[in-house]
Amino acid sequence: MIRKLFVSLLLGLLALPALGAFDVGQLMSDLSRNRGGRAKFVEKKYISFLDKPVVSTGEMTYSAPDRLEKRTVTPKPETLVLDKDMLSIEREKQKLSINLANQPEALAFIDSIRGTLAGNRAALEKNYLLHLAGSPENWTLTMLPSDQKISALVQRIIVTGSKSQVRSIEYLQADGDRSVLSIEAVEGR
Amino acid sequence: MNSAARRTFLTWLLAMLAGGAIVWNSRFSADMSFFLPAHPSAEQQILVNQIKEGVVSRLLMIAIEGGDADQRATLSRDLRGRLEKTARFASIQNGEAGSHDADRAFLFKHRYLLSPAVTPARFTVDGLQSAISNSIDLLASPAGFVLKPLLTRDPTGELVELLGGLNVGTQPNLHGGVWASRDGERAMLLVQTKALGSDTDGQEAAIKAIKEEFSASVDANRISDATIQISGPGVFAVNSRALIKGEVTRLSLISSLAIICVLFFVYRSPRLLTLGLLPVVSGVLAGVVAVSLVYGTVFGITVGFGSALIGEAVDYSIYYFVQSGRMGFAEWRERFWPTIRLGVLTSVCGFGALLFSGFPGLAQLGLYSLTGVLAAAIVTRFVLPQLADGAKMTRDLSPLGGTVAKAIHAVHSLRWPVLLLAVLAAAHLLVHRDSLWHPDLSVLSTATSEESALDMRLRADIAAPDSRHMVVINASDLETALQAAESTGEKLDHLVATGVIGSYDSPARFLPSVAKQKARCASLPTTTDLRLRLQMAQTGSPLAAEKLVGFIDDVAAAKMHCAISRESLAGTGLALAVDALLLPHSGGFSVLLPLHPVVGEPSRPLAVDSVRDALTGTDAMVIDLKAELDKLYNDYLREAILLSLGGLMAIVVLLAATLRSPGRLGAVMLPLVLSVLIVIAGLSLIGERLHLLHLVGMLLIVAVGSNYALFFDRSNDQHRLDAETLVSMLVANLTTAIGFGTLALSKVPVLHAVGVTVGPGAILALLLSAIFVPRATTT
Repeated sequence: MIRKLFVSLLLGLLALPALGAFDVGQLMSDLSRNRGGRAKFVEKKYISFLDKPVVSTGEMTYSAPDRLEKRTVTPKPETLVLDKDMLSIEREKQKLSINLANQPEALAFIDSIRGTLAGNRAALEKNYLLHLAGSPENWTLTMLPSDQKISALVQRIIVTGSKSQVRSIEYLQADGDRSVLSIEAVEGR
Repeated sequence: MNSAARRTFLTWLLAMLAGGAIVWNSRFSADMSFFLPAHPSAEQQILVNQIKEGVVSRLLMIAIEGGDADQRATLSRDLRGRLEKTARFASIQNGEAGSHDADRAFLFKHRYLLSPAVTPARFTVDGLQSAISNSIDLLASPAGFVLKPLLTRDPTGELVELLGGLNVGTQPNLHGGVWASRDGERAMLLVQTKALGSDTDGQEAAIKAIKEEFSASVDANRISDATIQISGPGVFAVNSRALIKGEVTRLSLISSLAIICVLFFVYRSPRLLTLGLLPVVSGVLAGVVAVSLVYGTVFGITVGFGSALIGEAVDYSIYYFVQSGRMGFAEWRERFWPTIRLGVLTSVCGFGALLFSGFPGLAQLGLYSLTGVLAAAIVTRFVLPQLADGAKMTRDLSPLGGTVAKAIHAVHSLRWPVLLLAVLAAAHLLVHRDSLWHPDLSVLSTATSEESALDMRLRADIAAPDSRHMVVINASDLETALQAAESTGEKLDHLVATGVIGSYDSPARFLPSVAKQKARCASLPTTTDLRLRLQMAQTGSPLAAEKLVGFIDDVAAAKMHCAISRESLAGTGLALAVDALLLPHSGGFSVLLPLHPVVGEPSRPLAVDSVRDALTGTDAMVIDLKAELDKLYNDYLREAILLSLGGLMAIVVLLAATLRSPGRLGAVMLPLVLSVLIVIAGLSLIGERLHLLHLVGMLLIVAVGSNYALFFDRSNDQHRLDAETLVSMLVANLTTAIGFGTLALSKVPVLHAVGVTVGPGAILALLLSAIFVPRATTT
């Protein structure tokens, strides 16, 4: 409790000088202060051969720096847990675990979301060119893969947010299909 | 040499030459069959087949160490390519992308014949609607991106159904696109040899090829610090054979040299020495000939037992030369031969008991030693005196004999301490009776602890399949076999659904029965029907029926070609999977359905009983290979106990019938029983875990040791034992102890156990016989 208080106090103090120069470094340091939280999500996948997007909804929990849990409720219950480099997916009775450390392409993809949530600039810049627009209250971070192996999976990632809160993540896949993940915090931090 | 002697010699020489010819043409083997049951039960037969021919027995695990991760990946790829060219391997896996393309292509092409979900209901309007909307839902999942490219051709998700049934389990890690160990420090490959597991030459050639190709690859890629490690049943078999081969030579040499030294010390005559070895050579040769004629194959371990046989067989000529020195052959024959003959017979009882063993190795050891001892005794009695032609020992042994006699007199006072020691030994054995015995067959394996540790590590790194449990069904022909696999599979599906088992493999998964293929084919609608039904099913769906042309075409194509056979699988890894699970034999086919535990719970034992319950009323057998192996060992052990007791009984009966006096019988048997007690307690104290062969050793202490105890019994009739007799006993005992003692040096557990038991046991038998010899006769 005291820690939370201290963090928000610190946040408030630091926000003042940041007003003048909002850049990637500033955003990252804002994001890195987000220690975690719970959020509802709506994900829409726009796929070429479907007339309407596939919509899934559920809840996400993030604990800094490297645990992310995504519980899909509709259309089919599914739990995805990313803990450090272990990705596990549980759906109906099937359970699958993948060690991402051995799959550099998948890891780079996952790092885009994890790096953003954790404000880990180095992790993001390893694989992406970053471009930031907007203000601390309403920013848009565009990531373009710098490696061909990754651009074979994803063309562009656009993350929007407000202060340390990520609001949406959009993936434009290499085949032109697109998915938009909208996030709404349940407990603001 | 007179003409009778010449005739005898020629007969002997002819017999030896004939024996030599038989041995020359004998088949020698050092494989696992030494341990495999001679008369297996149905369950054991499966075990035997798996060990000799099963897929697991043909797997070799390879680890590449050193260099950096990229270099290891390069070597892994290069090695795979090189090994493929050698044509020695049925499959070479290293996790490379593309190595499963042929399998996936086959599964996708034939998905409507292979998918268990293909039923008439699947292709009704409702069935299509539900299957397709299910697939669309799956697109929402991260797993959906695998599915997306194929969705318009496979909207009902048959490929997902097919892949879902496969043992996804834990896959090895990937590093640089190839399999790596868990810690990423080694690149891993898994190969399956074409040679059977029982083909040790083939395994050796395959292992050699891997090593050669690896060093060629290292040179070609200029990666100097990379090394390779290989493990698997084939490696164990090859190492074991090399070990046994080396030991046969080494042990026989050690034992022969030591015995020759002893003999030379006693005889001081090269001629007597040479003559004295004739019965030994005859015995060893006769042993191999008998085994070769009876069993067809001579095990390396059996030949290794020769070093003990040398020590035992040389006794008879020692008796002859030392004892007959002063009195001549005729008197020796009269005075000593009956005792020696009785000793031969007790030895024969001991070794003969092993003949009835269902453990082939043990039965061979029994036949080999029995024949050897008999031949040596016969040659000593009937050939040696003729050839010796009056050759005598010139050395005066009476000073030595006097010393021995004094020593015997002195050790008399040890009676009570020895009895006390025996009581303590018995108490020790009683207290530790539960921990004396090693519980499983692995104790007889020649694998060193380093080899076992390497095997365990590679197995864990590669997540090698655990094939401990399997369901086995026998059928008269292929179609029946596949149908049985399918009907049993349905029951197993239920067990998978309820979490009893994680998954199972079945040949019918890639090669369904003809009946099943026909039924699935008949479930597929005509193009017109399918188009119509899709229109109705997809109204309102985000996936419009018009986008599913690929699906309609594929169903039409599948309906046209409704037959897959074993030949259709050629060129895919699936063919191997089917062959491994479908074993042809003279009476038809055996179907194997290996069971896998629930993923993530490898520590929880698979509930075999639940599987058995689910399959009651069918012909399917549920087999736990580990339990079968343990049971096999326990059967051997129980049988060995019975045989040892039987052998002991035979010896007691033989002695009782010959000695005709309970007192004399007791006097002969007491030192032997005490020797066994003290040796076994001693072994337990120095930390030997006893097993089957120690038990056999206990029987042999009695069988071999009685030879010496019997001479002391004779001293009852003949007053004191003279110097020559005492020396001959001492020397004969020494050679026997050398022969068996050499076995104790062996790294082959079977030989080591017998040696470490009988070597000290023989000495102790003589010593205790001396201590307990009735006092009246020695004073």
